[in-house]
Amino acid sequence: MRYMLLIYQNEKIREGMSDQERAAIFKEYGEFTQSIRQSGALLAGDPLQPTSTATTVRGKNGRPITTDGPFAETKEQLGGYYMVEAKNLDEAIAMAARIPSVRLGGSIEVRPIMEIGPPPK
Amino acid sequence: MRVEEIFRVERGRILATLIRLLGDFDMAEEALQDAFAAALAQWPTAGTPANPVAWLIGTARHAATDRLRRRSVFARKQAEIARHLELLAEEDDTPLPEDRLRLIFTCCHPALAREAQVALTLRTLGGLSTEEIARAFLVPASTMAQRLVRAKKKIHAARIPYEVPADDAPGERLVAVMMVVYLVFNEGYLASSGEHPMRRELCEHAIGLGRLLVELMPSQTEPKALLAVMLLHDSRREARFDASSDLVLLDEQDRSRWDHAQIDERTALAEAALRESHGTPGPYALQAAIAAVHAAAPTAAATDWAQIAALYALLARTHPSPVVELNRAVAVAMSGDIERGLALIDDVDRRGNLADYHLLPAARAELLCRQGRHAEAVEWYRRALALVSNESERRHLSKRLRDVVSSSAGG
Repeated sequence: MRYMLLIYQNEKIREGMSDQERAAIFKEYGEFTQSIRQSGALLAGDPLQPTSTATTVRGKNGRPITTDGPFAETKEQLGGYYMVEAKNLDEAIAMAARIPSVRLGGSIEVRPIMEIGPPPK
Repeated sequence: MRVEEIFRVERGRILATLIRLLGDFDMAEEALQDAFAAALAQWPTAGTPANPVAWLIGTARHAATDRLRRRSVFARKQAEIARHLELLAEEDDTPLPEDRLRLIFTCCHPALAREAQVALTLRTLGGLSTEEIARAFLVPASTMAQRLVRAKKKIHAARIPYEVPADDAPGERLVAVMMVVYLVFNEGYLASSGEHPMRRELCEHAIGLGRLLVELMPSQTEPKALLAVMLLHDSRREARFDASSDLVLLDEQDRSRWDHAQIDERTALAEAALRESHGTPGPYALQAAIAAVHAAAPTAAATDWAQIAALYALLARTHPSPVVELNRAVAVAMSGDIERGLALIDDVDRRGNLADYHLLPAARAELLCRQGRHAEAVEWYRRALALVSNESERRHLSKRLRDVVSSSAGG
């Protein structure tokens, strides 16, 4: 079964880091990604550019309106994601707990993917 | 045994096994209903089968297979249905002892809200109706029904596994399970509503689940302590209500009606749990110790309240909760310092977490009474009466109120 692991973290924490700290986190993410790739769980995953680069397209009276910024101002921002294959929620939770951002006080939202039609593969 | 009797006693066990076999809560419940309907139709004439549980599980399984086949004609989810049919063909009907343990770990999964955990456990393992659970938790039946539907949907959609966690190092999963078991026991020990002050079968169910945890997780100390707490409370059951099923409080109970053989055994269990916790007793080890101190007192007056207050203070420090604070306040008052006890109750009240809890004003009224402050006591008994929902407790509080009114009128 496929799950999205949505990584939320306060962007300011990252901004306040030294180059060294940032490099260490980058390395940790590399190792984590490698480990779930080897176990066969990784389907996709990427970091996102900060919300200062975000653009929101919102429907208003049936017409799209484009504005600068994320869809909502929140304390923690979506900063990246993994799409993984897991046997069940416990396996997905165990993977989420190993994402380096958790150690830094971030949150991972675990969402099952809604399968439409015959499952892939 | 009659069909209804079997339904009442075995429902949880059968449902747990069906959920394992079918991998789906709703499907298991539907199949169980089908099987009981079949039993109601057939047993009175054909006779009760030799092994009614196996008969019901087998019949439910066939009913589920039929339903799946019928559904597959319309449904697009062929793969899912194929998976279920495959599961049905593989497994056999024997209920396994771990089925209920598996079910309780699923119902108490941390991915579900606490209210949903309790509701699901009571619904599936306790066999309570949605209305009964709603009354127990003071919410409208429609709210509770929605809560159950949402929880079952989440178990299915997010695929919450139906298994005992292999690795639960921080004990998070077990703590959630124990809390739910204890809530079930408390609901049975003093039902939060209705005519019957005590639901014996709920207590028995909670104790049964407690035993299951001890048996299947022998290296854990807290389940032992939890079991000791429940059994120590349970050994007082005969003395807790008088002939007209009115509540008799601990200090007025006829202690000769306590089950002393049981108490000795349970106290030993509580002591073992404390010993095994190596100086860092968990919440249930402390509560077991408190219950054991109560049980050791030959008369109410001989109760070692100072010891109980000290144990509650420790519990309040390691596992703070408003109810623990309230109990500590009462223990402090009973150990001789009523003023301080009242001040501690004021503290709890000010924090506002127990605004709907009838035992807070009741405790305050009781202590005010002991100080001879009858007018104030009357006011707090009235507030307690406005909040209480158990009939037997209501009668007890009304009686106390009448006593105080008449004694203050006389004096």
